[in-house]
Amino acid sequence: MQYVWDFRPVWLNFGVLLEGLVNTLKLSGFSIGLGLAIGLVLAMGRLAPSRIVSIPATAIIEFYRNTPPLVHFFWYFYGLPILTGISLTPFAAAAAALSVQSGAFFAEVFRGGIISVDRGQWEAGRAIGMSHVQLMRRIILPQAFRRMIPPLMERSFELVKTTSLAATLTYGELVYKAMVLATQTYRPMEIYSTVAVMFFTVLFVASLGMRAVEHRLARRAAR
Amino acid sequence: MVDVTSASVPPVLAPPVLAVEGLHKSFGSNEVLKGIDLKVAAGERIAILGSSGSGKSTLLRCINFMETPSAGRIALDGTSIGVEGRGGAITARSGELRRLRTRVGMIFQQFNLFPHMTVLENVMEGPVTVKGMNRKEARATAQDYLKRVGLSDKAEQYPQRLSGGQQQRVAIARALAMEPEILLFDEPTSSLDPELVGEVLDVILGLSKEGRTMLLVTHELGFAYHFATRVLFLHEGRIHEQGTPDEVLKNPREERTQAFLRRFSAFHF
Amino acid sequence: MNYTFQFGEILANSDLLLRGLKLTILLFAIAFSGALVCGLFIGLARGSALRVPNLIATAYIEIFRNTPVLVQLIWFYYALPALSGWQPSAFTAAALGLFLNTSAYCAEIWRAGLQSLPAGQWEAGRAIGMSEWQLLRRVAVPQAFSRMVPAFTNRGVELAKMTSIASTITVQELMYEAKMLSTQTFLPLETFTIVAVIYFVLIYPGTLAAYALERRLNSKGA
Repeated sequence: MQYVWDFRPVWLNFGVLLEGLVNTLKLSGFSIGLGLAIGLVLAMGRLAPSRIVSIPATAIIEFYRNTPPLVHFFWYFYGLPILTGISLTPFAAAAAALSVQSGAFFAEVFRGGIISVDRGQWEAGRAIGMSHVQLMRRIILPQAFRRMIPPLMERSFELVKTTSLAATLTYGELVYKAMVLATQTYRPMEIYSTVAVMFFTVLFVASLGMRAVEHRLARRAAR
Repeated sequence: MVDVTSASVPPVLAPPVLAVEGLHKSFGSNEVLKGIDLKVAAGERIAILGSSGSGKSTLLRCINFMETPSAGRIALDGTSIGVEGRGGAITARSGELRRLRTRVGMIFQQFNLFPHMTVLENVMEGPVTVKGMNRKEARATAQDYLKRVGLSDKAEQYPQRLSGGQQQRVAIARALAMEPEILLFDEPTSSLDPELVGEVLDVILGLSKEGRTMLLVTHELGFAYHFATRVLFLHEGRIHEQGTPDEVLKNPREERTQAFLRRFSAFHF
Repeated sequence: MNYTFQFGEILANSDLLLRGLKLTILLFAIAFSGALVCGLFIGLARGSALRVPNLIATAYIEIFRNTPVLVQLIWFYYALPALSGWQPSAFTAAALGLFLNTSAYCAEIWRAGLQSLPAGQWEAGRAIGMSEWQLLRRVAVPQAFSRMVPAFTNRGVELAKMTSIASTITVQELMYEAKMLSTQTFLPLETFTIVAVIYFVLIYPGTLAAYALERRLNSKGA
């Protein structure tokens, strides 16, 4: 069978796909921002000296890391409104699910960075009478931050890929737009391949950027 | 120490088991070997000396193709290894290389024992996997060789539990188990603590009494004197001087050799 | 907020979820076992000095790692038939997509693991005349594998989570059955809570195992 490629439907509707890509990036950006905040709170919670704080934080982290994101998308979209009486838009549900889910992963990156700081630094801070919060803010986080950047970026790329699941909530990101176009034009091959290329371009360029950042950090550390 | 030099075979009478002709080796733009010619007769024991960077380890590693020569010829019993390809480099088929390596054993500076196998399994590995010997026979052979290096009692241990000297003796047994015609020692005692050097050298000296053909790269000049039937001094990728241990180590003709020997103040025979 | 949970009705339909669970596990087993083996060969090509295999393997790995797995599954199920004329079943498309995706990640684990082996080990094997295949089988893989187990376990955890995406191309695994059940019973909150717990119970032991293995490995190295 000789397949005849026809990319016209793709070019004619490229605006629709671009709009989808913009929505993908919007959802990504929003969720990364909120996810980092949630992650920092969860990490601090897990590292807190009090068990009343650390146990729930650990439970949330472990639960979200060990369950499929798709379940959370559905839970936030279909389940949560029943509990709260407030129904979420597809965007809000997707953003909430993504933020908490990636927050759990970000939290582990933060925690890993924090505990990698030499014990002596903690002791030195305590020896001059710093509180836990002061110690974190003034001594530990500034040192740990550099080490956290590459894994945080990697995790963010994972999040960008996961935003595609918002299509199942009918949020108009790239994959959803593609599904609509595919049924309208009967050109799934061309459309889905284009979508794959678009994701690849964004993520591959971003990961090249990350490698450059990593390289820079390594060089600065060596100095 | 035992004097074994008297047991040497006169090199001129025996046919060469190993011939190296016009051997060159470059790493990138750095030419390490600049034309080595060497004929080794059966039963000869050759000590290769030289300062670091002189190419002595590279020479050894080219003989069993751990490094592929950039140009030149290596022949075993008159048969060349590989064929000369473009630009003089030798290309050899992997099967031919494997056969070569079963005939030429090598002992490394870092021992390189297989840490996931017991001492006995390390020695059995070659005969079983490469030669296809049955396990029972290989076990008996391996035990034999472990006895030769004085480590029968360590057969079931893992290498990490052994001292450096013991590990190197196992590595020698592993090489011997392949029953090679030639043995190559690449600075076998350089990574050992001083008090462990002796036990390894004793084993090597023991082997020389069996009339084995051996090439040894070393910094132990005293040992080289007792071990070797011939001493080579390498300098900047060439054989600068060679002769009997007495000639090269006691009465070196070349200024470079003299300077090299002077640097070892603790050197006495 | 005084919502009364009705978990009973969902649990009464546990046979549906169980049926889905079986397919989830089957999907996981096929994709993971295939990817562990296939990943080795892609990893070898990726680490190879030969230009063509290296290029192909690199492209393969980058493509699968830089596109969402949802797009991959949709592509195999909806797009590939248009090109090839072969219409795989939803299950086949999902298994294929997950297998190829996980292979790409496993390839990177294999490559990193094999590269971490000291050069002397390869040399020692070659010096007693081993072939490359014998080296791999007798020397490299047995040593490197134990160090790679935590990474593989993590990959398994990711894959187990990914299997839920197969529901979007109508594979009737756990997530798919859950969606059906939630619309039949009008109890999405209870359904998705229970399903989340099922996934957690299934997946968390894997994570715990990876933690434990890593700890043991670290203490061994020290």
